Amino acid sequence: MQKLTNRSKVVSQKDMSFLEKAYVPAILSGMGITLKHFFKKKSTVAYPEQERSFSPVYRGRHVLKRDDKGAERCTACGLCAVACPAEAITMTAAERQKGEESLYREEKYAAVYEINMLRCIFCGLCEEACPKEAIFLTPNITPAYYDRQDFVYGKDMLVEGIAPEDRVDVSKRQFWRDNLESTQKNP
Amino acid sequence: MPLYLIIEKSVLVLFLFAVTMGVAAYSTWAERKIAAFLQDRLGPNRAGVFGLLQPLADGVKMFMKEEFIPSNAEKLLFIAGPGLFMFTALMTGAVIPWGPNLQIADLNIGILYVLGFVSVGVYGIMIGGWASNNKYSLFGAIRASSQMISYELAMGLVVIAIIMLTGSLDLKAIAEQQKGFNWNIIYQPFGFLIYCITALAECNRAPFDLPECETELIGGFHTEYSSMKLGFYLFAEYINMFISAAVIATLYLGGYNMPGLDYSAMNPIVGNAIAFVVLFTKTLLGVFVFIWVRWTLPRFRYDQLMHLGWKILIPLAILNMLLTGAGVLIFG
Repeated sequence: MQKLTNRSKVVSQKDMSFLEKAYVPAILSGMGITLKHFFKKKSTVAYPEQERSFSPVYRGRHVLKRDDKGAERCTACGLCAVACPAEAITMTAAERQKGEESLYREEKYAAVYEINMLRCIFCGLCEEACPKEAIFLTPNITPAYYDRQDFVYGKDMLVEGIAPEDRVDVSKRQFWRDNLESTQKNP
Repeated sequence: MPLYLIIEKSVLVLFLFAVTMGVAAYSTWAERKIAAFLQDRLGPNRAGVFGLLQPLADGVKMFMKEEFIPSNAEKLLFIAGPGLFMFTALMTGAVIPWGPNLQIADLNIGILYVLGFVSVGVYGIMIGGWASNNKYSLFGAIRASSQMISYELAMGLVVIAIIMLTGSLDLKAIAEQQKGFNWNIIYQPFGFLIYCITALAECNRAPFDLPECETELIGGFHTEYSSMKLGFYLFAEYINMFISAAVIATLYLGGYNMPGLDYSAMNPIVGNAIAFVVLFTKTLLGVFVFIWVRWTLPRFRYDQLMHLGWKILIPLAILNMLLTGAGVLIFG
């Protein structure tokens, strides 16, 4: 008969020899194995002191980008919310008033933009759906909170700062996104 | 009794009590640390350097916990159980010779005293398990007592072989006779093996930890215990482990003797100090092996435990005793 797997093993049911029945050699060899592990290098990463490096395109908490002049790029089109498989994004659109040109790039903007981090699965589809390159995922992680309400991130948590040092660098992520087609074809 | 003797013995009692307590406290740390290392982990390392303050933190935690007594428990016995267990665990150490003159009580029936107190120790478990009024605790208590009875027989029979070799029940005399490298393990390798196995069983240590058995009996006899009463049970177990490692070292591994060390030629203070360090090192090695075995072997099934005790260890111990007797008769 043809073997179903190359890992199959013939099981023997022959009686144990005297040494095997005494179990002592087997126990000693087992203790040898555990002792070997005693001196092995430990695989623990002592987290708060040591951190494992993230991939540069890690999908962590989101950022809402501003343009070069500091105006918000988001135009509240709602494509991210539609694309979101976890339905984590909600937004309310508003019309830009006169004098707010430096704040919002387009004539329509998101007055409220909320992502529920408990629902979010960090898939990055919002990023792919965005026509304005406004939303990106960053290598920052979402911390733990005591209240569920704290996980609903509003614009105060999501929009990046205007000052140059407050800007979030998403160039790696952007490059990955722009080359999505080619990376998917030949990974 | 002269005053200086009382003072000397009191100091010795206090010192050994402190050492025993300290070792027991740090055995809990060592247990977790060694377990972690054997499993490729780091173990406790948050409280102090290498987690060395962990026993303190555990002690504080135990004291802060709620002191809970089940409403249907036998109150007096419930409280007496852990105390009795602790008491017997501490009493056993009295006859161990830590040096030529470092012994609390030089009883001429020292080894009998040890065996006696070890078997009284099971009362602490039985009383605690029975008084809890909980079926799991009762199961644990029953298992503990039957296991103790089964393994004490083999233990006693193996010790008889040692007594035949040395002609004395006095632990000090047994230790004295193993001067240099004249250790009993050379004459009694099988006895040593059987004694170690039964010692594991007497201490309720894995692979014989059926009275506790957290997976089957949710802690066994101490399921209902909390706070420092639970702490007493856990602590006393480590004391038992320390003492029984010391007894093994005294009976088989030369006691405080080491090849090349002659205490009679030394200054008594220096000699006793070195002797103490020697026996203490041997004991700690024994404790390490106890812990090492626990994190290597899985627990016995109950019928396997009884099978091993009655059908294998006791006949082997009797055979060992007969062979030793014949050897003493022919060569002795």
